[in-house]
Amino acid sequence: MTTVGDTIRTALTPASRRFRLNRWGLFALLAAGMVAVPVLVVFSFVFVPATDVWHHLASTVLTRYVVNTLWLVGGVSIATLITGVGAAWLVTMCRFPGRRVFEWALLLPMAVPAYAVAYTYAGMLDFAGPVQTFLRDLFGWSRHDYWFPEVRSLGGAFMMLGLVTYPYVYMLTRAAFLEQSVCVLEVSRTLGRGPWNCFLRVALPLARPAIATGLALVLMETLSDFGTVQHFAVDTFTTGIFRTWFGLGDPAAAAQLAAILMVFVFAVLFMERWSRCAARYHHTTTRYRPLPGYQLRSWRALLAASFCLAPILFGFLLPAGVLLVWAIETSDTIFTRDFVNLAWHTVLLAGSAAIIAVAIAVILAYGNRMGGSRLTTIGSRIASIGYAVPGSVIAVGVLLPFAWIDNSVDAWMYDTFGISTGLLLSGTIVALLFAYLVRFLAISFNTVEASLAKVTPNMDSAARTLGARPLKTLLSVHAPMMWGSLLTAGLLVFVDVMKELPATLIMRPFDFNTLAVRTYELASDEQLAEAAGPALAIVMVGIIPVVLLSAAIARTRPGQPPA
Amino acid sequence: MVSSLSLENITHAFDGEIAVDDVSLRVDRGEVVCLVGPSGCGKSTTLRIAAGLEEVQRGRVVINDRVVGDDGHHVPPELRGVGLVFQDYALFPHLRVLENVAFGLADDRPGRERRAVAREMLDRVGLGHLVEAFPHTLSGGEQQRVALARALAPKPSLMLMDEPFSGLDIGLRDRIRDDTLSLLKELGTATLLVTHNPEEAMRMADRIALMRDGRLVQEGPPDRVYSYPNGPFCCTFFSHVNELEGVVESKSVKTPFGALDARGLAEGSTVNVLVRPEAIHLGDAAPSGSGPQDTVSTTATVVESRVLGPYSLVYLRTEPEGPVFEARLSGTRPPESGSQCRITLDPSQTFVFPAVSS
Repeated sequence: MTTVGDTIRTALTPASRRFRLNRWGLFALLAAGMVAVPVLVVFSFVFVPATDVWHHLASTVLTRYVVNTLWLVGGVSIATLITGVGAAWLVTMCRFPGRRVFEWALLLPMAVPAYAVAYTYAGMLDFAGPVQTFLRDLFGWSRHDYWFPEVRSLGGAFMMLGLVTYPYVYMLTRAAFLEQSVCVLEVSRTLGRGPWNCFLRVALPLARPAIATGLALVLMETLSDFGTVQHFAVDTFTTGIFRTWFGLGDPAAAAQLAAILMVFVFAVLFMERWSRCAARYHHTTTRYRPLPGYQLRSWRALLAASFCLAPILFGFLLPAGVLLVWAIETSDTIFTRDFVNLAWHTVLLAGSAAIIAVAIAVILAYGNRMGGSRLTTIGSRIASIGYAVPGSVIAVGVLLPFAWIDNSVDAWMYDTFGISTGLLLSGTIVALLFAYLVRFLAISFNTVEASLAKVTPNMDSAARTLGARPLKTLLSVHAPMMWGSLLTAGLLVFVDVMKELPATLIMRPFDFNTLAVRTYELASDEQLAEAAGPALAIVMVGIIPVVLLSAAIARTRPGQPPA
Repeated sequence: MVSSLSLENITHAFDGEIAVDDVSLRVDRGEVVCLVGPSGCGKSTTLRIAAGLEEVQRGRVVINDRVVGDDGHHVPPELRGVGLVFQDYALFPHLRVLENVAFGLADDRPGRERRAVAREMLDRVGLGHLVEAFPHTLSGGEQQRVALARALAPKPSLMLMDEPFSGLDIGLRDRIRDDTLSLLKELGTATLLVTHNPEEAMRMADRIALMRDGRLVQEGPPDRVYSYPNGPFCCTFFSHVNELEGVVESKSVKTPFGALDARGLAEGSTVNVLVRPEAIHLGDAAPSGSGPQDTVSTTATVVESRVLGPYSLVYLRTEPEGPVFEARLSGTRPPESGSQCRITLDPSQTFVFPAVSS
């Protein structure tokens, strides 16, 4: 009896059906391969014999890289957890003046790249900056009369990174609090727990998986940061990779550093996975009631408002204000041909990357939806981890194989036809776009996939039985329905490419500058005020997706009328 | 008679779980076949296989004498020329009603012609005035009719419908059901309709196919399936029944109503006796004395009675502390509780089946 059943079952699900390689599956594999290449290349260099440069690095700076990275990770974690979780609790569960504004304004610092914040604080708090000058003028001090905290330090770096990355924790934690059934909280109140106790014993543990995901995003940003640590002269892996590549001219050692950095990245990814799997809570009740809204008064309200205002003030208002003042002071450098060129290059790069990333994401997500082949699923999963890989690692991992291809093609063409082809891929926009895709495909893929999932599969079936082929179904049914999400996906990639610094810096074609690169160059030359123009342009475009995002999360609470 | 759809020995599994088990089914030209069964019995999967939305794993699908699916050969749904209507209608939200209906008309036809065909089909379902509307502005009944028009516009020879009426209010449902049926009959479209609702199947079908656990249990015209169920499952699926157990002794089985004919069943075997509520007829309590010998009748006490409008339910007991039986009478004057009455069993609505060995 069972043998017959088993035979039928095996016969009915042949392996060829599960791992069938159709066009969609092939495409998913290609995309996965594309994303995997840089990481694999970097890891393959672990097996390349260490060079003198590597031995030099290992004996001098490697320990410092590790120690600095750990300090950064620890400091940023604590800062973002306190700020992000605290603010999320206050704006979702308490009522105090300004709460409605804080709810979305707390996301604003995301619009500012960490390096831009770093430049403004460096400019403000330097010896020659307005703050110290003001203090000296006020008290008549001179150089050695007083102590002032040095912003260009490890401590300064984690303050800067914390200020711009806490919104990840805030956003996800807030969403988790909003999803929690208020009934659960009310029950714990009736069981004799005070609000504070509720927070610690019920709400916080329930939100833990979301907090972990937010923290993972924060740490990925921290590990991949280049501009801030470079400007503050804090030696980490990203600056080390850059210096080893350009300063010491040793790609192999740079790749080996990148491999160690990837170990940190994988540790973060693992932590996130582990903390989510270990505790997956399902709410047993689906009843939602308006949130309790503990009414805060007098000094409590003031404290809550200050707690929420501080990160917005220091993470957005102050840096953006300073950038604005500087930009006005140096406005003669903004309205120039050079600046128009920068903007054009940036739009060109970010726009192309956005369009390609969305197109690939659509094909991947749609292939997943139709195919059901395991190969497609695995492929698209791999393709979406690129976001965790730091830009400098991607740069090294892309340039090395591209340079090898260029050299091979060049040598072969020279030997065969006597023509030198020079650099075909590396040092061109193609290489740069490739790097962007590796890093940002995940963003567009997740957005597109989420929106595609909202379309009932019956739509597909209806279109197919009405005579539409898969491609026509995609173009005439899904694409128009997902139009908004496709734009959002493109916008997110656009803004991220615009802010991206290390990969652009390493891979850009000769003499090809973007707003981010120019900001970096001017800041490196201590022309901080001049750097404000391009930085401000980045911030202004960066605000758009933040606004969209805040509008979207305002709508996430079931049973609550839209605000 | 040429069949529009012929499913031959279809077997289908998901992740090793068998959903459809050796099902063979024909739908002839102009015929409406209802595939009924409880949820999860595999009827929707069967429909999806016919549409080409699932690939045939084992067996063969033939549409209009063309093999469209067997092992290793799969004609995609867009090339099968079938119409499909869903429970949720799946109207394209970004297209107007007219564009929805015109969607399935071949692209090589001029736009004006496509719009004319779509408009005509919308007129037929009585929605000619809504061509410019967007789906979300329509009521449930209107959406259902747009979905029907959209599926019928390309003039498919085979129509597949998956619970097409279960999203509608009860009052609306009967009317739309009748309208749909008459339109399908008028166009002569062969139809396979999947439903979990036995009454809907009885009402719509030329032929009913009953499924259970992936298998086809019984097939035939509605009246035959209802009157001659081939087992307890079929009997209980189409109506509520009073269930009894008994043992076959000298070709009959003893029940509180009297001895029932059990010819053809093994002596001494346990049997299930199923009595439809409408099989119990009520008469005066006075023993009639010399009734015909072949009727089964006894006296009973009314435990409770309830008027449900067009008919009444009467709960009866043939002996104190014994089981309670449900009888269904037409009219609004059932006997009062506590009263005595004589009950007679209608043998055509009473069924004796061998007990299912558990």
